[in-house]
Amino acid sequence: MIQPLLFGHIEVYLLVALCLFVLGLFGLMSRPGFVSMLISIELILNGAGLNFMAFNTFLAPDKTLGATFTLFIMGLAAAEAAICLSIAVAVYRRFRTIVADEISGMKD
Amino acid sequence: MEFSFNPDLKLYVILADVAFVAFIAMTLLGAIVAVGARQLIHAVLGLVLSLAGVAGLYVYLGNHFIAAMQILIYVGAVSISMVFAVMLARPPQEASMKPLMMATKVAPAAIVALFGGFTVGRAVITHHWEAAKVITAEGTVTQIGVNLLTKNMLVFELISVVLLTAIMGSVVIAKRGRGTAGGNG
Repeated sequence: MIQPLLFGHIEVYLLVALCLFVLGLFGLMSRPGFVSMLISIELILNGAGLNFMAFNTFLAPDKTLGATFTLFIMGLAAAEAAICLSIAVAVYRRFRTIVADEISGMKD
Repeated sequence: MEFSFNPDLKLYVILADVAFVAFIAMTLLGAIVAVGARQLIHAVLGLVLSLAGVAGLYVYLGNHFIAAMQILIYVGAVSISMVFAVMLARPPQEASMKPLMMATKVAPAAIVALFGGFTVGRAVITHHWEAAKVITAEGTVTQIGVNLLTKNMLVFELISVVLLTAIMGSVVIAKRGRGTAGGNG
């Protein structure tokens, strides 16, 4: 029996998910725009889903649970994206910009 | 769970490893583009690349159903709605980032992200992961469907309510302030 070099180890999947999370965290804190922040949040949620699936495949006794949770994460992410994008459109109509730092209703 | 193959299949296992590395590269490169691109539409395209790579990783994890859902929901629906938002909201180019922003935002964000990454990454590498001895369910699509309507029924109903609320809420929010051009809104 031979073992695969990479795709048979849980650590590889966990590290890829960690990279997604770190990049998402960095983008969430450093990018100024609404849509950029939303993209970063999607990256973070994908890292979480990948983690769930990795634990599910390699460690869990009941292999339906991780898949179910990943499905729920996808549904929540879709709902969140719809809400955030409509908020971005509404904010753009009101303020003519979607840069989060420049939006303020009390200054003027 | 252990992955082990017949020695006759050695070439295929090596090829599968190469494709696996390609999927990882796709995921990470897409994520880097999604975070670092100056044009917003490039960031959305990078996100699409990254999500498709994650779908490939789901295939390697042995769950084709989740991979198909990933492509349908994320690569199909979410990214399309993002493209629509980019077109509707006409976001400014973020190319004119001030040098002040570099010091006050990018550097702290990088420090926090790298710190968290190193801490968790060390834990991932040093921890000894142990698989469950007894497998109670194999995780076929049939089992997932039965579970959704029996054991996880409440969460299933809750998420449908959340989705319904999100649809209605986004319609209401995006319609407000649009004037009378589009009807009686």
